[in-house]
Formats: sequence, structure tokens, C-alpha cells
Amino acid sequence: MLSAATIDSGATAWVLVSTALVAFMTPGLAFFYGGMVRSKNILGMLMQNIFAMGLISVLWAAIGFSLAFGGDGAYIGNFDFLFMKDLGTIAELPGYTKEFGLVVPIMVFFAFQMMFAVITPALITGATADRLKFSAYAVLIGVWGVVVYPTVAHWVFSPNGWLFKRGALDFAGGAVIHVNAGVAALAVILVLGNRKGWPREAMPPHNLPFTVLGTGILWFGWFGFNAGSALGANGLAAQALVNTHLAAAAAMCGWLVVEKLRAGHATTLGAASGAVAGLVAITPCAGFVGGFAPVIIGLTAGVVCYLALSLKTKFGFDDSLDVIAVHLVGGILGAVLLGFFADTKVNSLGFDGIFFGGGADLLIDQLVALGATIAFSFIVTWIIAKAIDATIGLRVSSEDELVGLDQSQHAESAYQ
Amino acid sequence: MKLVTAIIKPFKVDDVKEALKSAGVQGMTVSEARGFGRQGGHTETYRGSEYQIDFVPKMKMELVIDDADVDRVVDVIVRAASTGKIGDGKVWVTTVEQIVRIRTGEHGADAI
Repeated sequence: MLSAATIDSGATAWVLVSTALVAFMTPGLAFFYGGMVRSKNILGMLMQNIFAMGLISVLWAAIGFSLAFGGDGAYIGNFDFLFMKDLGTIAELPGYTKEFGLVVPIMVFFAFQMMFAVITPALITGATADRLKFSAYAVLIGVWGVVVYPTVAHWVFSPNGWLFKRGALDFAGGAVIHVNAGVAALAVILVLGNRKGWPREAMPPHNLPFTVLGTGILWFGWFGFNAGSALGANGLAAQALVNTHLAAAAAMCGWLVVEKLRAGHATTLGAASGAVAGLVAITPCAGFVGGFAPVIIGLTAGVVCYLALSLKTKFGFDDSLDVIAVHLVGGILGAVLLGFFADTKVNSLGFDGIFFGGGADLLIDQLVALGATIAFSFIVTWIIAKAIDATIGLRVSSEDELVGLDQSQHAESAYQ
Repeated sequence: MKLVTAIIKPFKVDDVKEALKSAGVQGMTVSEARGFGRQGGHTETYRGSEYQIDFVPKMKMELVIDDADVDRVVDVIVRAASTGKIGDGKVWVTTVEQIVRIRTGEHGADAI
């Protein structure tokens, strides 16, 4: 049994609050995306996001957490915590010993990680907007949330995971959440196909105020996401919080400058997108970098993610709301830049990057982690999507697509 | 009896309404409309992609008036709705065969 002395009440309070902050990000994401779709599809979008809170939470309690954090295996957890068995009574979580020991109750760690598991598959909905059948979506994220997410979470987050042991760093889930979801989104849309009429027809956002509102909620929640990942109420959490904010701020500026130069106007959608790109890029780095590094990382993310928008038209895949440009590219960028900017003076559990005298070792480990995540997530997600498409069908009928998801999938209208 | 239909810029609705009331017009109907004429549409940019928006928001104003008032009313609308810039809109007049006031059952000019 965990002795009372090792539980830090301040840390527990902060991670409990962070859990609520991260939980709020999924409805935030719903509005971020919901504003960008056409008015006939907003309920479909809100529903897919909010439903992840329902389905994935249950699956996480039933099996997901156990597969991610149970046992000593390097590649996958086990069934020790199936249906939350023993979670309230065990002394420590496998791997979380010595310097990695938790100072919060395991139940708090379980809840905090649950919110990450929820938002990750929800990120995919931005790429599949306006055409993914709801039943197919439910099966997709249900299987994905059990097979793909816990596996990658185990590799990277669990101290027993092979990528963690190798030395790859991922503070709050650049690879586990953003690269994982981004590459899964690519796999799904390659099976799903493009929206009818894309890119010939204009499909402008129907409510940018919602998108800006969603951005605010995401930004706010991200403090829990990144600073909560310190799993303590301490200087590291403060550093992660400051890094998070500065990266979002700098990325917004970077995005707007390139947008103004290339497209003629600085737009509200650009400000929102830039901020999110910065939040994505700083996620893996948040507790490993310091000084002015978050500003440089954010600025780079704003510029690079903006430039990555053109990938979809170049290669002809309809990543409707730019999940790949923002989350996949932003996540890769953050993980790679960490190989340069990581500083053990910020976090002694990390490693020094190239700019801090650590040589290329960390960068190589980061690239291995990215390669493994991308390959595994892409292949498995593609197989899941293909299997769903061959059985119940992944996509709505063209008539339903024309009518919109709100009416065809949910028999509702957002606006009367 | 004539039906006067005016397509005007949305921000001119109040000016036109007040001018018409001052000119003695007793009723009108407005609806939100979208369309384009020589002004054409405009472009909007979302995440670097340009979209041509052809249909621009306009207000459509309709009023039924007596034949004798046509020139005066059209003149009032044109003066009140004008900004001198492209996209000010149009006014047209059509003949109305019959009008009935629902409450009283009055017909024709009495129902205006």
C-alpha cells in the first residue's frame, strides 16, 4: 500500500484540476472544428467530439488504461487492471518507481490519462468532416481507442515502454496524441475519400466565432494538458505552463505574418489556427525546454504549419479542417525541435539536445519514436478503416452527404 | 396599383424606410436576399485558400402603392438608397392585378 507520505496534496490538487481542464478541451475542440464546417454538418461534428467523451471513457476504464499502463512489457500493457481491477488499492503503477514515482494517487493518474485518451481520437474528426457515417465513426474510435492509442501510450509514456526506455522524450503527448491522431486521420481519409465537390466547390467555415471560442477553450485547457503532465505542483509545472502559453502566442504571430505576406490578410481563422499549431508543437517539449526556446518553437510551428496547408491540395487528399497540417506536422516539428532544445537544467529526467551539448542522441531517439508511431498508427488505422468500409461502410450515401450530417445522421438541425 | 421592388444595401434599410414613411407610404415588407449584379461578388480567404463569394447580402423591400404615387415613391427610394458606389441595387415596378385586405375584405386601392 502506498504510504501516505509519498502522496503530495498540492500535486494531487493540481492534477485533479488539470484533469478537468483537459476534459474541457474536447468540447473546445468540438467548437473549434464545428465553426469550420458548413452549417448542415455542425451537429455531426459536435456529436462526434462529444461522443468520444462517452465511448472512450468507458473503454478506457474497461481495458484501455490496463493496456497502456499495466505490466512490465516493452510493447504493450496487460490485463491486470481490466475493469479498473485493483486500481484503488495497488501501491504503485508498473514502471513508475524511484525517480519516476508518482506523488499523486493512481486514481488521479488514471483520470488524467483518460482525458488524453478521449481527445486523441476526437482530433481525427477534423479530417473526416462532413462525410463519415456516425456508426462507422463509433466503431472506428472504439477499436482505435483500444488497439492503437493504448499501444503508443505504452511505448512512449510508460517507463516500461520501449521508446521511453530508449530515451525518446514526449512530455505531454506530441507523438502519442498529435502525431498519432494526425497520421491516423490521414489513413482514414485515404480510405474514406474526399468530400463531394472538393476542391472545386467553396466550403467556407459557417461560424468562425465558434472557432475562436473553441480556440480559447483549447488554449485554456492546454495548461492542464501540459502543465498537468508535470504530475506535480512545482517549478516544472510552472515552466510547462509558461512554455505552453509563449509557444501559442509566438505561433499565432508567426502564422499571421506568413498569412499576411502570402494571402494578403491576417485572418481570425489564421490567429486561431496559429495558436493551436503552437500548442501542438510545444506539447512534447513543454517540460523539457526553457528560456526563449518556446518562442522559437512556436514561431517555427506557426510558419511551418501554415506552409503545410498546401500539402492537401498538392497531393489531393481532403483533410477538411487541416488536421495533418496542424497536428501531424506540428507534432512532428515539436518532437524534432526537442532534439535541439531539450535542456536537463529544466528537467533532470530529460536529456540535453544538440544546442545544449547533448549531441545527436536525443534527436535520433525522437526520430525513431516518430517513425515507429507513424508506421504503427498509419498501418493499423488503415486496416481498421478498410475493415469498417468493407462491412458497415465508412461513408454516408451521397444523398445524405448533400443533406448534411445533422439531418441524415442525427435527425436534427442546429439552426431553425 | 403597382408593386415596387427595391434591392438595396442592407445598411440602407433604415434610411429608405424613414424616407418612405415621411413620403406617406404606410406599409412595406422587407426580406433578406442574396445576389449580384455588375458589382459581382467578393473573395474570402480561409487558411490560404481563396473562395469567390458570388451572392452578396442584400435587402429586398416590397411595397404596393397607388399608380399615382409611383414616380414619387421610386424617386424617394433611389435618393435614400444611393451611395454612388457600385452595388447600390435596383428598383423595379410591376403591375398588380388585385389586392385584398384580409381583416376587412376590402379590395383594390382601398386595401393599400
